[in-house]
Parts: sequence; C-alpha cells; structure tokens
Amino acid sequence: MAGLATSFGSGAMTNSIGEIADNEVMFVIGANPPEAHPVIGAKMRQALAKGARLIVADPRKTELAAAAHVWLRLRPGTDVALINGLLHIIIKNGWHDGAFIAKCTTGFDAVAAVAAKYPPDLVEKITGVAAHLLYEAAKMYATAGRAGIFYTLGITEHTCGTDNVMSLANLAMLTGNVGKPSAGVNPLRGQNNVQGACDMGALPNVLPGYQQVKWPDIRKKFSAAWGAEVPEKPGHTLPDMFDAAVRGDLKAMFIMGEDPVLSDANAHHVRKGLESLDFLVCQNLFLTETAKLADVVLPAASFAEKEGTFTNTERRVQRVRQAIEPIGGSRPDWMIICELATRFGYPMAYAAPEEIMAEIAALTPSYAGVTYPRIEENGLQWPVPAADHPGTQFLHEDGQFTCGLGYFQPIDYEPPAEVPDDEYPLLLTTGRILYHYNVSTHRHAKHLTAHRPEERVMVHPADAAALGLTEGDTAQVSSRRGSVRAKAWVTDAVPPGVVWMSFHFPDTPTNEITSGAYDKVTKTYEYKVCAVRVEVGQ
Amino acid sequence: MDKITLTIDGRQISVPPGTTVLGAARLLGINIPTLCHLADLTPEGCCRVCLVEVAGLRSLTTACTHPAAEGMVVRTDTPDIREARQMVVEMLLANHPADCLTCQSNLRCELQRLALDLGVRDIRFRGERRHYELDDSNPFIIRDNEKCVLCGRCVRVCKEIQVCNVLEWTERGFVSKVTPAFDSGMDQSACVFCGTCVSACPTGALTEKPMYGTGLPEKKVKTTCPFCGVGCNFDLNVKDGKIIGVTSNETSAVNGRLLCVKGRFGTDYVHSPERLTSPLIKKNGEFAPASWDEALGLVAEKLAGIKAAHGPDAIAALSSARCTNEENYLLQKFMRAAVGTNNVDHCART
Repeated sequence: MAGLATSFGSGAMTNSIGEIADNEVMFVIGANPPEAHPVIGAKMRQALAKGARLIVADPRKTELAAAAHVWLRLRPGTDVALINGLLHIIIKNGWHDGAFIAKCTTGFDAVAAVAAKYPPDLVEKITGVAAHLLYEAAKMYATAGRAGIFYTLGITEHTCGTDNVMSLANLAMLTGNVGKPSAGVNPLRGQNNVQGACDMGALPNVLPGYQQVKWPDIRKKFSAAWGAEVPEKPGHTLPDMFDAAVRGDLKAMFIMGEDPVLSDANAHHVRKGLESLDFLVCQNLFLTETAKLADVVLPAASFAEKEGTFTNTERRVQRVRQAIEPIGGSRPDWMIICELATRFGYPMAYAAPEEIMAEIAALTPSYAGVTYPRIEENGLQWPVPAADHPGTQFLHEDGQFTCGLGYFQPIDYEPPAEVPDDEYPLLLTTGRILYHYNVSTHRHAKHLTAHRPEERVMVHPADAAALGLTEGDTAQVSSRRGSVRAKAWVTDAVPPGVVWMSFHFPDTPTNEITSGAYDKVTKTYEYKVCAVRVEVGQ
Repeated sequence: MDKITLTIDGRQISVPPGTTVLGAARLLGINIPTLCHLADLTPEGCCRVCLVEVAGLRSLTTACTHPAAEGMVVRTDTPDIREARQMVVEMLLANHPADCLTCQSNLRCELQRLALDLGVRDIRFRGERRHYELDDSNPFIIRDNEKCVLCGRCVRVCKEIQVCNVLEWTERGFVSKVTPAFDSGMDQSACVFCGTCVSACPTGALTEKPMYGTGLPEKKVKTTCPFCGVGCNFDLNVKDGKIIGVTSNETSAVNGRLLCVKGRFGTDYVHSPERLTSPLIKKNGEFAPASWDEALGLVAEKLAGIKAAHGPDAIAALSSARCTNEENYLLQKFMRAAVGTNNVDHCART
C-alpha cells in the first residue's frame, strides 16, 4: 500500500467491485481473480460479455490470460520495465491526458524522462514481450474512456513491489484514469480483512486510519484517549521482528491468527527467530506450525462465533455476525485481548464489539461515520467522515487526490534479488489455487480437500522432457534455502524456464524454499521470484 | 421518460417503460406465481406458470416477459387463469419423481409450493417418465436431472452471472435436459463449483452435497465470508448449534447470489475436529491443557517480566488480516498503550 499512498495519498482500491462490469478496458497485472478473488473474476467475465477489452500481464496462461485481447507474457519480476515501456509508447503517440496531468498531478517531466529510456525494443529484451503487443496494450489502455488497473500480490510481492505499484499509478495518472467510475488503480486484497487490519493501525508506523506515529499531535490525541503515552519510535516490521529475535533484542512475541512458519517466505529464518524468543504466545483456531513452537497457546473462536466487522478490498466495512457459540473452550480474540490487557494492568472493558467500533470511529477520521446500525444492510465504504456521510464509492473524484496533487514517481527497472543461474536454473513463482485459502483450509475444510488434496508443481513440457519428469511424478524442488516435494503438473500454462507452486499444503511447505528478500519500503517478501532446481523425486 | 399507465385487476398503476406486467403487478402487491423467473436474470417465459389475461390478446400470456403498455388492462386471477396455471404445474408433476417426503428440497421446493398454492390434487396425466443417472461426481453439487423442471434458471445464472457457460440445454422435446458439455459429470466439465446454480434451482435438481441429510436450518445468519478480500456476504445455515452449510443471500451488496467454492463449501473448517478447545501451556516440551485463568495469568506475568527486564521494545505482536477490525484495533492498542511499543505488524502489509 505504500506505493499508492505515496502517489495518491491513499493506499486502497480506488474504485468499487460493482463498477467492474462497466469497465471499457481492464488491465489485469500480477493478479488471477478467477482463482484468488473468484467473484471479482465473475464480474470481469460479465464485463467481457458486455464488450469490455482485456489486457493481461502474467507469465502464466491463466483463465483471463487465455481470454485476453492482449496477453503480455512477461518474465517474472520485469513489471517496471513493462510499465515504463507502456508509458513510453503512450507519451510518444500523444495518447496521454495533458489536461489531467497539468491540473491534477506533479512530477510528470521526470517520469517522461525515465520512460524515454524504455523504447519497445529494449523492453522486449528485458521482459520477453513482443514490441507489437506492447503497442496494442498501450493503445487499448490509453485510448479508452474508462480503463481500470487491477493487481494483487503478483505486483507487490517483489523486492521492487512498491516501485511496481507506483509505476501503475504513473500509468493511470498519465491517462487520466483516476477519479471516475469503472477506472482507477485497484489492488485486490488477498485476505478477508487485510484492508481492515491496515486501517486499524496493526502496522508499526501508523495508528488507526494511517495516522502517523511520528506526528506529535496524533500521538497526543491517541495518548489522551487511551490514557497512556503512545511511544514515538516506530516499531519493527514483521521481517525485522525475526531478525531482532535472532539477534536477541526481541524476547517475546504475541501472534494472533497467523502462521508465519508456513506463510512467510524463508521459513527457516522465521523458525529460527521464533525459537530464539524467551516467550511465545499464539492465539489461533488450530495448533499451527507456529503454535507448536509456542509456550502458551490460546484457543480462539472463528468468524462464525463472534460479532465484529471486516473491511473488504473496496473499503466496505461490513458486519460479521455470530451464528453459533464458541467451539469448546475457545473465546473470541477481542475478549481474550481485553482480559489479557486487564491482567497486564491496563483495564479494557467493552460490552460488545459495537462499543469498540464507537471508539474506532471517534479516533479515525475515515471511519468517523461508521456505526453498527448504519452498516447493518450494505456496509459503508470509507472514507465515511461523518454520521450523515453516505460513504465513498470511488476515491479521488475529478482528480482531487487525497494528497492534493497526484505524485508521478520516476522508477527505473531493477532485476529481482535472485535470478536463475547454472546451479538453480529455473525460476519459481507462487500463488493461490481456487480450491484452497492460504494455509487454513487444507485438511480442515474436508470437501475442498477431497477435491484438491495435494500440491502440484507446474512445469513446462520442454523443461519436463529435459528433466525426465512426467505428469504425476514426484518432483523435488530445491532452492538455496531448502527442498520440498510435490506432484508434477506438466503444462504450458507456465512458460519454459518457470515453475509455479501454491503454498496451501503443509506436506509441501513451499515457503521453505521461497526467497527471504523483501521490498525496501514495505518489507514485503519476494514470494514471486526465486531460483530453483527441479529433479525427479523418489 | 414518460410513464406508462395500465390497469391490473381493476387498479391503475404508472410504471417506467420497459417494466413487465409481472413487475407492475408486484408494485401493486399483486402476487403472480412464477417458476422460471428470477429478478436478477433475463426473463425467459418458458415455464408458463405466470400466465395472465391481457385484454385484446387471443390467449393468455406470460406476465414475466410481457411489457406493460399504455392503457393495457390485465387480469391475473380468473377461473381460466387458475385452470391454466394448475395444468402447467400438473404437467410438470406428471413427469417428476413423487418422492417429496424424502427429497433434499422437501419444504423448500418451489414446485411443491406452487402445487400447494394452486390446489393441485390429482395428476390427470399418465405417461412416460424421464430416467437419468444421478451426477454425484464431485464433493460439492449433486445433479438430479429427473427433478429438473427445465426452468433454465441454472443455465441463465451460469451464463449471465457467473459467466462460465457450463450448464446448457441439450436435446429437444421430451428428452430436453440441462447438462454440462458432452453430458458429462460436473467433475469432467469446466465447472468451478461456485454453486450459484444451486442457489437458483427451484427444486431438488441441484443441491449442495455437504447439506445432504442435515435437515432444515433452524436459522440463517447473514455474515461476511472469512476467505478472500472480496467481502461476499452469505447466510450461515445453523442447526443444533452447528453450521450445516452456506446459502446465497441475494441482498448482499457486493456479490448478490454469487459465491465461490470456498465461501459456499469451505466453512466446515469451523467444525474441524482439530479445533483447539482449551488453552495449552508447554511444560517440559509438551503441551498440557490449562484453564484460561492459568494461561492468561502466565502470559500477563511473563510479558510484564520481560518488559521490566528488557523494556517494552523487547515485545512484539503480530496481528491478523483474518481477525475483525475491532480485534486488530484492540491488539495494536494493547501493544501501544499497555505494553508501550509500536512493535505491531501483520503479514499482509503490502
């Protein structure tokens, strides 16, 4: 989100899911909605049925790539070069929106200067995308009245993730595709409440509503409301926490609802960090791989056993309602935190989550008008600055960016942290499949597991032939960090030289081998590119 | 645009052009029975259950497809209309298994309801029956073509809403049926098991396999899906304190009746036998069950000790994109206000 926050002043999906069916052009890059966001995938198919045109940038032949009017099959990790190539062509042909750029943005000249360095033939060399396809995509996107960009972790889970996002923001500003319906720059959030967890300040540098910890007046406001001094020093990011634990600076961790041993890149390092702690508490539904390392495990209640709200990818705050009593002796996370805080000497007492939301609304300008009665039926999309505000369907209306002017950011291409070499000649990229959800459905959701019981690694037929690997064989996939096994899925959905795996299956812990390199700004891991070797397993 | 004024059962109403007779009648609160009609789909008029009389027409017409017109006079409840509707339902029942009592859709079947509402008692027609294999090829959806009334709602949701075009009409006349390509099982088709067709089926032709034998829910609770970030809403079906399944709630702002295979068929993880049911404390490398009092007491004491010895920045928390806003808010508040550190993050910071 750092990228969009820098360019536009707000790090969230600019537009709404309901607008997708009316897009003239959809540019889907680093996203696979039919599998990872299936209902958005359906809305995109609705748009296609109504005559929308589709540009897909993806190394894999996904469902949407196969349906695309232009498919840009780029090499993983070369997105910045690709986008700069699009900027180059658009500017050269005069397809940019000069009036929007002049009125609503700043920094265009610097971006134009960078884009000038990316002529199509050079971009073709870096990305593997033919120059004529790049031209078609540039023309299609830039000359449409309503063109929206959609991306997910295929853009952000790179060492250059923030750069990728700012590059996409450049593209949207260049063509005036922000601040109107069925357009914009739309990060599709991967988990049910990623947006909300960020909004609520579960981040080391910001308080709820992205109010900076470093601003004294903000600290003063929260300190007064909470009756305790909010510390000035920003906290550790997640990768830093494990580094600090290994160094011995961090002694205790409280982990609520996450399983970093399975879900974070370079699992060995995560495990080493957790094992270095003096005290680890995990609060979860299950005895996860992470919880097994804990000193104390607290049983949490599921979404069906508690009240509350989730904020979806289009900033819509919606109700979560209790349907059944907590299973066994489990308790809702909010109750556990209240009880713990109270025992820690900081009393927290709320009769119900509705009271917590009232406190959030009082301290968070974008949630100021959110109350449970108001979100009962359809939720509300933030910003909701007041009790009578109807919520905001799309951001930056008429090019009025949250930060005033939109900031063009000149971005140069940098290759991924780890690229294939003689020892590890293939490139591994990862993602989700339709039938599982991160690390929480396998085995526990029995119908889904019956349908898709195990990991399958996609290998191109040419690579498979060279390796002597056939469909259904066990493949051993190894990187500098470790080795995992999975059934081979021989398919031209991946290009030669690239293999693809999901990360849903504990028996094939893909993140044992992914790279621990991360983005320099957000410290998001580069899950999407690492170098591996594939062999026929036993 | 100018409104159109028509008369239905002696009452006048003005509606925008493009409104159907059915739409206008519903605005007046007049109930016209339907079967193939769903508000979020293109009207098809194939089942003939919504027949009405429009003055000047030679025969009865389908209210769901007939556009309202200026000065039109419509009657919706005459002996002829009742007789015609009854005959339509009777003919459907003549070629329908009479196993209502043991059918998965018993008490929620629209055909059963229509027969009841129209007072169908005897089935006067006797003849050949359709016999088809049950499609039980996958863990999610059971397809029983013998119970299909050929309303086409599933075909239209698959075409217009999910846009996968998996289910389609095949054959003609008496042997017409709805199938995936090549009359295969759904597991062999391009189906992604979103189950939207199940939400649209009026009978027991398409049912949720995991809900077989669970009976009727005691209540349905509308909530937000716990999986991806789209934020679909659906109804948790609850019975005996357990979630027995998920059904679409068409009032959902984001998704309407659409869901995906995970949302519709994946929430059974809630009742996994591996759920933790008691706090655990590790003693000599082994977990032992403990009371909440003991566990929370230990956590508070240990964290306080570490804070006293090493300062607040020696403690960190990971919050969760899986938990609610309120819980995320409280955890960061706990870390900042109670512990005194900004060491709080979560895995989805991108």
